[in-house]
Amino acid sequence: MNTAIQLINVSAGYPTRPVLRDLSLEIRAGETVALLGPNGAGKSTLLQVITGRHPATSGTVQLFGRDVRHLPAAERARLVSVVPQQLEAPMAFTVEEMVMMGRTATLQRWQGPSAADRQIVEQAMVYTDVLKLRGRLFQEMSGGERQRVVIAMALAAEPQLILLDEPTSHLDMNHRIEVLELISRLNCERGVAIVMVAHDLSLAAEFFPRLVMLDATGRIAADGSPTEVLREPTIEAVYRCRVHVHPDPACGALRVFPRRTRAYTKVAATEHGTKSP
Amino acid sequence: MRKKILQLFLILLAPVILAGSFLLGPHGFHLPDTATPIGQVLVELRLYRIAAGFLVGAGLACSGAVLQALLRNPLADPYVLGVSGGGALGAALVIFFGWSAVVALALPAGAFAMALATLLLVYRLASRGSVVSVYGLILGGVVVSSMLSSLLMLLVFFAGDRMPPIIFWMLGNLQVTDPSLLLACGGCMIAAFAVMWLLSHELNALTLGRDMAHNLGVRTEFAVALALGAATLAAASAVALCGLIGFVGLIVPHAMRQVVGADHRRLLPVSAVAGGVFLVACDTFARLIVAPVELPVGVITALTGGPFFLLLLRQRKQTWLE
Repeated sequence: MNTAIQLINVSAGYPTRPVLRDLSLEIRAGETVALLGPNGAGKSTLLQVITGRHPATSGTVQLFGRDVRHLPAAERARLVSVVPQQLEAPMAFTVEEMVMMGRTATLQRWQGPSAADRQIVEQAMVYTDVLKLRGRLFQEMSGGERQRVVIAMALAAEPQLILLDEPTSHLDMNHRIEVLELISRLNCERGVAIVMVAHDLSLAAEFFPRLVMLDATGRIAADGSPTEVLREPTIEAVYRCRVHVHPDPACGALRVFPRRTRAYTKVAATEHGTKSP
Repeated sequence: MRKKILQLFLILLAPVILAGSFLLGPHGFHLPDTATPIGQVLVELRLYRIAAGFLVGAGLACSGAVLQALLRNPLADPYVLGVSGGGALGAALVIFFGWSAVVALALPAGAFAMALATLLLVYRLASRGSVVSVYGLILGGVVVSSMLSSLLMLLVFFAGDRMPPIIFWMLGNLQVTDPSLLLACGGCMIAAFAVMWLLSHELNALTLGRDMAHNLGVRTEFAVALALGAATLAAASAVALCGLIGFVGLIVPHAMRQVVGADHRRLLPVSAVAGGVFLVACDTFARLIVAPVELPVGVITALTGGPFFLLLLRQRKQTWLE
């Protein structure tokens, strides 16, 4: 059983607007994959289809060899954790309580968290370096701290697969690297399979050995290593944007640079125009 | 540390208030003379009253806590959302048709049916697709509530002498005289509380939104339906027992979240006790402040809760009213 995700001819979306069309994809256990594509390509929908939140209109979705439609919610949550783009907690939960929520599927209805639950939660907090924040309120955390807490929450479920939906899009570059390093460490040390939706093609190329690119119509445009996927013609066709792709002189990872297509010259200032103060 | 002291203080305060309420009469503290028939009746009436007050306060507070979790908003409350108003009309209809004389359980059942219908209507009015607007909920709740209370007035008008104490009941009256009604409504509330408390983990997860709750392994549709049903049952039983008492469900869970945190395993039992004690205290105040005349307790809770609601609305406008 070394297939984490198996999609066979999956279509999904809404009656008037199909989002994913006839998509087939296999992701093995322990693999790290970045999911790329322009806005509206259905990357987030694909993650929701994988967890069964959004039903596929046709095709089959299997998680670790089992059809997601017949997988009980609690059992599914013990296999797959999700890190959303940004998690809002309107009620005042502490960091520790938030991480404990990662174990919702395991907690007993009649009892509080067991000693084992507490230990797993503590280890998850140590791993993501939020232990010293445990008693503080989640609402008061900064963006980077929050994402580390949410990753600890995902870890507390002890999953075999973590799905991340652009977890770094609201972060500064230092926190982006921090989160991406944490994710790749998780994969290397614990063998957790990772599927991450990414906007930053260069960072995806550096951190992920396999990239899957969806096009605007919800089909797979390219699937393979960064050198196979990040070709200028492919990116230009999918994103409708001119790009340069160069290997980074320092580390060799591919870098994607968008290019402007139009240049404008300043109109000469008139009587009614703005003049510099 | 400050929290611990506050918690200890509240734990010690609860029995003091309950005992005080039992002993306090219009002539100061004293135990009614149980040797006389009047004294026995007095003891019985006060015990019923405290039991009703405690149950109603607890039911409303838990109902409010659960609605706040499900709607992800601390402004939710059975009274504001029109659930209590629906329950009142349902209970009044049951009285009007004389069903409550047949079986005591008819009253909370009727209140529950109408309260649930009102909640679904308000929720429906406020949602566009899967997005629920909080403005919509509050506005819808207010409008539907006032329509329901007009219908109630109409019912009173046509009922004539059959429903004399309805006005007093609408403003909240904790003096229960029928122990079978106390038993029926109390039983419903305890059942509702058990369901809510057993859903604690799910409620915690649902405060993060339904998508995240799904990801955490919660069967969201099932959990939300069950929790909404239990919250409505608790509020409807409270209304059936004692009429319309507003804002307890708003203030108590909000205040208790500051004291014990947002985890529902702790929040729900603590809110139940605090809500019960709060309402008993308000009621003791209401029956003594202008003794021998009694004020309706709903007036006291509305006068304390209303400004509190406005304060919340003003303070956290940006984040809660999106």
